Amino acid sequence: MITLQVNGKAHAIDAEPSTPLLYVLRDHLQLNGAKFGCGLGQCGACTVMLDGRAVFSCLVPISALPDRPIKTVEGLGTLDNPGPLQRAFIEEQAAQCGYCIPGMMMRAQALLERNPSPSITEIKAHLQPHLCRCGTHMRIVRAIQRAAREMKNAPAAGTGGTTRR
Amino acid sequence: MPPMTRRDFLAAGGALVVSFSLFPVTSGAQETDKPRLPGSLEGTPLLDSWIRIDADGGVTVFTGKVEFGQGIKTALIQVAAEELMVQPRRIRLITADTARTPDEGYTAGSQSMQHSATAILNAAAQVRAIVVGLAAQRFATSAESLTVQDGTIRAPDGRSVSYGELVKGQDLHVPAAPQSPLRDPSKRTVMGTPMQRVDIPAKIVGAPAYVHDLRLPGMVHARVVRPPSYGALLRSFDSAKVSALPGVLKIARDGNHLAVIAEREYQALAAARALAAVTRWMERPALPVQADIDGHIQRLPAQTTVIADGTGAPAGAGPGVIEARYLRPYQMHGSIGPSCAVALYKDDALTIWTHSQGVYPLQRAVSEMLRLPAERVRCIHMEGAGCYGHNGADDAGADAALLAMTYPGRPVRVQWMREDEHAWEPYGPAMISNARARMDTKGNVTEWQYEVWSNTHNARPGPAGNLAPAWHLQKPFERPAPQPAPQPAGGGDRNAIPLYKFGNVRVLHHFIPEMPLRVSALRALGAYMNIFSIEGFVDELAGAAQADPVDFRLRYLEDPRARDVITTAAERFGWKNYQRRRNCGKGFAFARYKNLASYTAIACEIELDRDNGRVRMLRAVAAIDSGEAVNPDGIRNQIEGGILQSLSWTLYEAVSFDTTRITSRDWSTYPILRFQNLPDHIEVHVINRPGQPFLGTGETAQGPTAAAVANALADASGTRLRELPLSQRRVKAALPP
Repeated sequence: MITLQVNGKAHAIDAEPSTPLLYVLRDHLQLNGAKFGCGLGQCGACTVMLDGRAVFSCLVPISALPDRPIKTVEGLGTLDNPGPLQRAFIEEQAAQCGYCIPGMMMRAQALLERNPSPSITEIKAHLQPHLCRCGTHMRIVRAIQRAAREMKNAPAAGTGGTTRR
Repeated sequence: MPPMTRRDFLAAGGALVVSFSLFPVTSGAQETDKPRLPGSLEGTPLLDSWIRIDADGGVTVFTGKVEFGQGIKTALIQVAAEELMVQPRRIRLITADTARTPDEGYTAGSQSMQHSATAILNAAAQVRAIVVGLAAQRFATSAESLTVQDGTIRAPDGRSVSYGELVKGQDLHVPAAPQSPLRDPSKRTVMGTPMQRVDIPAKIVGAPAYVHDLRLPGMVHARVVRPPSYGALLRSFDSAKVSALPGVLKIARDGNHLAVIAEREYQALAAARALAAVTRWMERPALPVQADIDGHIQRLPAQTTVIADGTGAPAGAGPGVIEARYLRPYQMHGSIGPSCAVALYKDDALTIWTHSQGVYPLQRAVSEMLRLPAERVRCIHMEGAGCYGHNGADDAGADAALLAMTYPGRPVRVQWMREDEHAWEPYGPAMISNARARMDTKGNVTEWQYEVWSNTHNARPGPAGNLAPAWHLQKPFERPAPQPAPQPAGGGDRNAIPLYKFGNVRVLHHFIPEMPLRVSALRALGAYMNIFSIEGFVDELAGAAQADPVDFRLRYLEDPRARDVITTAAERFGWKNYQRRRNCGKGFAFARYKNLASYTAIACEIELDRDNGRVRMLRAVAAIDSGEAVNPDGIRNQIEGGILQSLSWTLYEAVSFDTTRITSRDWSTYPILRFQNLPDHIEVHVINRPGQPFLGTGETAQGPTAAAVANALADASGTRLRELPLSQRRVKAALPP
């Protein structure tokens, strides 16, 4: 058994220690946010936050993770109460198929927690590990800029999920 | 939504009760001169196949089309809400399911609006007329005196009744009429107004949104150990060690189709890797040499069709004769999420949850493959990652079906790996084109000849032989002989006939049945290559005529809608007053998709790094007229996306292969656009035509983007590249030292 801290909750996981985090999130914890894209760290669809930084969950074995805080897009808010980054993606309609979006959002969240006012150049450089095939990139960048503005206006909202406006 | 007034009713035809009373309950006799019904109503005429109203006033709308991120659900809800005169949130939309919805074939060809939205628009208007007619009867008044607001009908004396109360016990199981009492297009309240997509919130909070997220009770996980190359034969494998791995439930082999089923997903993956390591295949070098793919394709037997039969342009270098040859490599759909499907065989019936673009064709294909009656196969669409055409979705459905049959009683989920999708998806075909024209001394194009060589662009299921897993079975299915798609829409020859009024236009389509690599429908089919070629060549002619490329195009175009998108894109881009910066250039392109659908013009500016050959788009301005615009922001999103995807195809993408295997097996061996190569700005102008037929949007930007980029590169560099992709290496090699 390995205990994982996911979105603020502890979960005892019965899986091989070499199992990549992605499969535990999706299969054991039934979380949908992290997506399988390549299994190689080339596309970013599986990205989650670990210790506040963006990581490819398809590459990180759970043996490396006990008691370290993991956050997925489910930890940013809910359908009824979306967090600021999620609201910004809705406002900008920054998705087509949407498959790559949760991974992008987790890297963006990690960026905004460290740098509340990233420039467009910084946002693009930061998202370089991520692929989008629908070509929604321009809206994704705009959504992150919007989220940055809104988080600054309501600083407590940065954690997502539990805040209301 | 404002109330519907008497004036609206009159504007909409004023014959609502009459049209209701005209609906025949049975329509036996008059088969001969029956007028066609609008859109997909022609194939599915009963109104309650499309729209049902519950007693509580909820509305359910059915479509045979599928959502894959293009926003069709939202647009269809808008269309239904508009004509039913209810708020969009009252509408529940059911998408393609062989047990529930109309058969609308594939969701493809930018035709969902023409087919499904047209059907729903008309069905909704007719259902509203029926319901208003019922209210008029109940209130013993005229339909014209009634007003409708959000599904409630009011009489002048203040009495009111809801749709739900009225339809109780009523029969909407009646055929549609050819004419519908449509609302006045100038009074639209929902259509033509941007609406937030209904599918986005679930996708960005991690709610179940994709077939990948489907978790059924008792579900098991499978991985297929796929052959390393197209024709590879399974020689041997050692199942003993793999069977003993944790969670492994079954190793399933049928001929060359080998898979492992396990309790947990990662157990299936680990077991499949272990199985692959102990499996021996026999392969042979059956692929052509990549560097000679154009020559190879042109040497294969061709079926040649003359699709425009003018006299053409003379061969050889005569006075005023210009000739150019263009090449396109194999290119991928490249879905970010590898294909996935879940299937369950239980009680003699098979259910498949699939992100196929065509649930009915997949039902037929699986039925044939398994020799199971079609009525015992149900295919239910759930979203996948964006597909942009025929990717691995149907094959994954077939994998799941095969494995569910060998492991009955529990749902089997098959997830393709990245290299499965890269190596096995059917690519957009490699193509060759040749353009030749003669201009007189005044710069008029007096003769034009264009030829295109291509494989099929449609090898979709329907036939089981178009499912890759069916090729691998002990009793394999043969691939059906491909057929060229007829003009005017065409396949490899889509958009091969120029819209410009040139003299003596001759166009030949060389259809190559033999397919060295697996190919099928990729967004825009042959239009991507033909528009790249024709619009590039038109620029070359404009250059030879010393004419401005936009003026030159307008000189040969009469259609006012074509001229509108061209002038709009040129003006908003600032074409006339363009100030060239060093190493930058501007390019323009136009097409009417399929020569019969939407009009798109794109102007763009690129920047060239002469030291390394790197090209970056700086900005693009597009104008699109896709008829009546239902969700303008949805159209913008599709065009922005089309521009960026086509930019990626055009600058970076070519499937690589050696003579045995596909070697593009991941994103490092098939690189695509990333964030740091984005343009700074994309702007899309939607020209709305209320009341005009829907023309579709999804595929229209692909060709014009490619040509606009190539034209801008020629403008910036002084050198024209005619071979795709316009890669850094190729650009660098073409530049003068």
